[in-house]
Amino acid sequence: MHERPRFLLAGDRGLLVEFGAVIDPEINQKVRQIFLSIEKTPIEGVTEVIPTYRSILIFYDPFITNSEKIEKKILERQGKLADRDIPSPETIEIPVAYGEEFGPDLEFVAHHNGLTPEEVIEIHTSASYLIYMLGFTPGFPFLGGLSERLFTPRLENPRHLVPAGSVGIANNQTGVYSIDSPGGWRLIGRTPAKLYDPKRSPPILLKAGNQLRFKSISKKQFQEIAESNGDS
Amino acid sequence: MGIHRMEIFEIVQPGAYTTVQDRGRFGYQQFGVPTCGAVDAFSYRVANALVGNFQGQAALEVTVLGPTLKVLHQGLIAVTGGDLGPLLNDNPLPMWKSVAIEPGDTIRFKGVKSGCRSYISVSGGIDVPAVMGSRSTYVAGKIGGINGRPLTTGDRLKKGEGTGKAGVGVPADLIPTYPREVEVRVILGPQDDYFSEGIKHFLAFPFKVSTKADRMGYRLEGDPIKHKEGVEKSIISEPSVPGGIQVPPDGQPIILLVEQTVGGYTKIATVISPDIGKVGQAKTGDLIRFQQVDIEEAHRILKRKEETFESILKAITQ
Repeated sequence: MHERPRFLLAGDRGLLVEFGAVIDPEINQKVRQIFLSIEKTPIEGVTEVIPTYRSILIFYDPFITNSEKIEKKILERQGKLADRDIPSPETIEIPVAYGEEFGPDLEFVAHHNGLTPEEVIEIHTSASYLIYMLGFTPGFPFLGGLSERLFTPRLENPRHLVPAGSVGIANNQTGVYSIDSPGGWRLIGRTPAKLYDPKRSPPILLKAGNQLRFKSISKKQFQEIAESNGDS
Repeated sequence: MGIHRMEIFEIVQPGAYTTVQDRGRFGYQQFGVPTCGAVDAFSYRVANALVGNFQGQAALEVTVLGPTLKVLHQGLIAVTGGDLGPLLNDNPLPMWKSVAIEPGDTIRFKGVKSGCRSYISVSGGIDVPAVMGSRSTYVAGKIGGINGRPLTTGDRLKKGEGTGKAGVGVPADLIPTYPREVEVRVILGPQDDYFSEGIKHFLAFPFKVSTKADRMGYRLEGDPIKHKEGVEKSIISEPSVPGGIQVPPDGQPIILLVEQTVGGYTKIATVISPDIGKVGQAKTGDLIRFQQVDIEEAHRILKRKEETFESILKAITQ
């Protein structure tokens, strides 16, 4: 962790505040602490704040403020914030139908790691994952906490179309595709939950800084939830 | 209050890539939703001002090969930005000026003379549903515009009720030009410390816009930019800002634009916001040179550009 955050210019409207150099839950706590503080008590001229693995990206209006003023405010605020100021993260449960047509690579992931498919599901559902940040596609979570026993390389040739809701593994990462898109992750299951639904309020299901757990459901339960979502 | 929406255009032929855009979608970047919006914000804002719209109303962003539009209702339009050869019923349509249109008129584009993107505003604004506070088309997220996609043959667009009058124009000395070699000003960082000699190189030589250039980003081609010896060439994924210049391991820079949220490559510099429109007006084959400015200078340039816009507004409303 950096003793003093690093302030890096991201153009004339962006300031990147970096709290550490690695992916680490403790560094991310600092990120979450300052992010929540700014959400609760805005800084004048700050238009948008994005939490990331190890930094926050601050967008500001240069007609109202500048990077020096923001830097000063962040340092002041950080000095006053104590760890007890961080509300405990919420945990969201994501139902997943594993294997078969929903997870065409489940067998591969099992075989690659010397496990049975049931053991892969058991390991994948027993961990709690930290949602470090969202992005890449709307609502796509960058998760931390995948068990080493499930690490599996990406596909050599990405699929042209991965359906939204697909749950996959790529090396040391696990994640959920939020929209239909091309992709190279090994797919082990699919959730009927919609991570991104522009017609819903809020449109994005997850929030950075919270925890996520996967829960195994049957194909029948998948269909039931999908139908209640209005999908056929 | 009654709101009258009339159908104003039928898309006879959509052109290469025509989308509905406004100033952008703000407040959702932390959820992975990019701002989108007009790439050349200045031209878009002037287009709105010319037809008497309030700022932020939706317009059409036209790319290289313009569309053919059939006019369905009387109204007022303005075309700004790059000169893609606009025609009204086969006569040259004056740009940077408000022009009255009548049902049965046809607007089409002859071909690129300069620049890359035109903006067509219509008095009352293009009326499509706002999603997350914006009408901007975001293709990957399937929102904004018409069903979140570029326009296609047969689409019909509505407009709101507008004011404004025909024949209002921008003073000639305030109309931007779009040369095929542009100088774009940058602030170094956020990852300039991954480079040393590479920075000098980046600032000294021009880069050519490749065929891979769209609203997500512009891939450039040139003499490769070298990272420092022994440093990682990728970083922990982090959000990108419009104008961020990524240097992947092959040394060919990519200018990130308005439909990108996260990147994992080192960013040597960031194009200053008043110059993003210059990037958006560069097309395949054009040359871009980078010039370093410090942040104070960038803010002065931004303020001067805003003053230019204010004097255009003044000239229009006189």
